[in-house]
Amino acid sequence: MSFVTIFYGISFYVATLILFIGLAYRVYEYATIPAPLKIPTPPAPKSKPLVAVRMFREVVFFESLFSATKWTWLFGWLFHFALLLAAFRHLRYFTDPVWTWVSWEIVQAAGHYAGYVMVFGLFGLLARRVFVDRVRYISNPSDYLMLILIIAIAISGLMMKWFHTDIFAVKQFFIGLMYFNWSELPNDFILLLHLSLVLLLMIIFPYSKLLHAPGLFFSPTRNQTDTARDQRHISDWARNLESKK
Amino acid sequence: MAVKEFEKPDLKEYSPIPKLVEEATSHLAPFKSKEEFQKSLGYPGELVDNWQEIALNKMGDLLKKYRSLRVYMDSCIQCGACTDKCHYYLGTKDPNNMPVGRQNLMRGVYRKHFTLPGKYFPKLVGAIDLTKQVLDDWYSYYHQCSQCRRCAVFCPIGIDTAEVSMAAREIMDSVGVGQKYCNEIIGKVHKIGNNLGLPEPALADTLEGLEEDVEDDIGIDVKFPLDVKDSEVLLVTPSADFFAEPHVDGLIGYAKVFHQAGISWTLSSHASEAANFGMFIGSYDNMRKLALRIREAALELNVKRIVFGECGHAWRVAYSFLNTLAGPFDFLDPRYPVPQHICEVTHDLMNKNVLQFDKSANDDKVITFHDSCNVARASNMGDIIGGQFTLPRDIIKATTNNFYDMEEETIREKTFCCGGGGGLLTDDLIELRMKGAQPRMEALKRVIEEHGVTHMAAICAICKSQFSKAFQYYGFELDQIISLHNLVGDALIMNKKEL
Repeated sequence: MSFVTIFYGISFYVATLILFIGLAYRVYEYATIPAPLKIPTPPAPKSKPLVAVRMFREVVFFESLFSATKWTWLFGWLFHFALLLAAFRHLRYFTDPVWTWVSWEIVQAAGHYAGYVMVFGLFGLLARRVFVDRVRYISNPSDYLMLILIIAIAISGLMMKWFHTDIFAVKQFFIGLMYFNWSELPNDFILLLHLSLVLLLMIIFPYSKLLHAPGLFFSPTRNQTDTARDQRHISDWARNLESKK
Repeated sequence: MAVKEFEKPDLKEYSPIPKLVEEATSHLAPFKSKEEFQKSLGYPGELVDNWQEIALNKMGDLLKKYRSLRVYMDSCIQCGACTDKCHYYLGTKDPNNMPVGRQNLMRGVYRKHFTLPGKYFPKLVGAIDLTKQVLDDWYSYYHQCSQCRRCAVFCPIGIDTAEVSMAAREIMDSVGVGQKYCNEIIGKVHKIGNNLGLPEPALADTLEGLEEDVEDDIGIDVKFPLDVKDSEVLLVTPSADFFAEPHVDGLIGYAKVFHQAGISWTLSSHASEAANFGMFIGSYDNMRKLALRIREAALELNVKRIVFGECGHAWRVAYSFLNTLAGPFDFLDPRYPVPQHICEVTHDLMNKNVLQFDKSANDDKVITFHDSCNVARASNMGDIIGGQFTLPRDIIKATTNNFYDMEEETIREKTFCCGGGGGLLTDDLIELRMKGAQPRMEALKRVIEEHGVTHMAAICAICKSQFSKAFQYYGFELDQIISLHNLVGDALIMNKKEL
C-alpha cells in the first residue's frame, strides 16, 4: 500500500464521518429547537401536502430567488442543477455493478457537460460578488474562497476528461474503501488535487454556509402551515410559562 | 439629541437601485428607555456592568428557543437577493439597511461566539466580537428595521430579518438598553390597558362624544358601547382609532356596520388596545401578557366573538399568535374563527346582502389601496390563500366606483412598508421614517399621475399615522390617507326606520 493510498483512504473515512455526523447533528439541532410562533410568509399553504409542494418548488426551481433577482437565479440555478447532474455521473464510481440508469449514455454525457455549466454558473456568481457593490459589501473572504474551491473542483474534474486518468483504478479505490477491501489509488496529480479539494469541501460543509441546504427544509417561513386560528400551535417552553402562573 | 436636518429625497419616475453609501444613517438611533420603564417590563434600568456576558448568554438562550433564529444565523449564503428589497435601504442607501447587512451585525457575533470557524478564523468568515461599538450599531440598525418581512419573501431560504431584529432587541433589553417609544407604550398597556394611557372615564367620554357626532351627522343613534356585558362581539381596536385622524372615521365605519347588521358589540376598557408592542421588542413574555388582557376581557364581558379593528401588526399578533399566546378560545362561538378581522365581518355581511352600499357616496374619490406589511406578509383573512389581499379590495370595490392598484411589485406580498412600522413611529426617527416612505410614495405618485388617484386607503393605525406625516413631507395632502372603513361607513345605506 502506498503512502498516497493510505493517506487518502484514511482522509476519506474521516471526512465522511465529519460530513455525515456533522450534518446529522445539525439536522438534529434544527429539528429539536422549537418554532414557538407561526410565521409562514405568503402565499402560505393551509396543509402539510401543500407545504411539500411549496418546498418542492423552492428546492427544485428556486422560486423565491427567481422573483428576487434573475441573474443570481440564473447562475445559482445552473450551478446547482449542473452539480446534481455531475453527481449522478459520479455514482458510477460508487456502485458496482453500476446502476442501470447511471450507466445510460444520456446520464453520463449530461454529467460531463454539466461540468462546464457548473463552471459557467460559478463564474457568474463570482462576477456578481466582485462587480455588484451591494454583494461585494457583504462578501467575506470565505464567500470568495467557497466559490473558488468549487470552481477548482469542477475544473480539476474536467481536466481528468482532457488528460488521461486511470478511472478504473479510482473506482477500485472507492469500492475498496466502501467494502473495507482497499486497493491502490493512482498517483495522478490532477486526480489527487480533485480529491483533496473534495475532502476539504466535505469537512467544511457542516461548519459553513453550505448549511443552507438542510436549513431551507427547517425554515419556518417556508415550512409552516397557515393554520394558526384552527389549531393551537404551542412549544414546550411556552407551555411552561402557562403552568407557572 | 436634536433631530438633524436631512436632505429630502426626490420622488423619481422610475426607482433605480441606489449605489450604497456607507454609514449613511449610522447617526440615527431612537431615544433610550428610562430606568422606570425598563424595570416595569422586567429589564435592567441601564446598561449592566457584565453586559457582554449577559448578552451572549441571552443570545445562546434565544438560539435554543427559536428555530428561526438558529437556522437563519447558519443558512445565509450571502447571495445578495435581499440587498435591494428593504425600503430603508432604498431610502437611505446605508448598506447596514440591506437585510443581509442588518443580519450580519448579529451573524458576525454568532459566528465568533457560537461556531468553530468564527472562533479560529474570525477574519475569514467575518466574525466579530460583541464590543460596545457593535452594541451601538445594533441599537442603531436594529431600530432601522420595521420588521415588515419584505426581505423574507424574496430570500431563497426564507430568512426573515424581523426574527433577527426582534431577537436583537430582546438581547439589548436584557442588558438594559431599551427603546423609549416601545417600552413606555408597553408599560402603559400593562398599567392602564392601551398605548395612549387613556383611562376608562376618558375613553367613555370620547365614545360618548363620537355617538353625538355621528347622530348629528346622519341622524341615527349609532352606539359606541364600552364594557357592555353579554355582547355578541368584543371589538379590540388600536387606541388611535378613538381620536386620531383618519383613524376615527374607521371606527365610525365599524360601528355603522355593527349597527346596520344588528350585531351587539362592545369595546373593553381592560383591553382597549389592539396593538401589541411586545412583538416589536421580541419579548414573548410581554407579548403574552398583553394578549392575555384580551382573553380576560372576553371572559369578563362574556362575549361570543372577538373582532379586531384596522391595525397591521395587531392583526399579525391576533391572527398568527393569539391562539398560541392566550388560547384556547373554546369558550367563544365555534362558528366563527377566533379572532376575526373587521374586514372579514364586513365582507361576510356584504356577501350575505345584510349590508348594502351606495357607491356614489364615494364618487368624490379615486382610491388606491396600501397593503400594510404585517397584514400582507404575516397573516390572512377569510381562510383562503391571499384572502388578506382580496377581502379589502372586494370591500373597496363594493363601496366605491373608482379603484386602481399601484404597481404589482409594490403591492400584495411585495408591498412596501409605510416606513413607520415595527416600533419606529416616533419623532426621534423622523429622518428614517421619511426616507423609508420613499418607495411607497414613488409608487403612489405614479398611480396618481396615471389614474388620478385622490386617496389611499389603509387598514393599519401605524400606516395611517405615518402617511399623514409622509404625505405632507412629500407634497401630498394630509387627508389623502383614509381608513378603509371610512369608505364603508360613508357608502353604507343605513336604515333609519329601525329607530
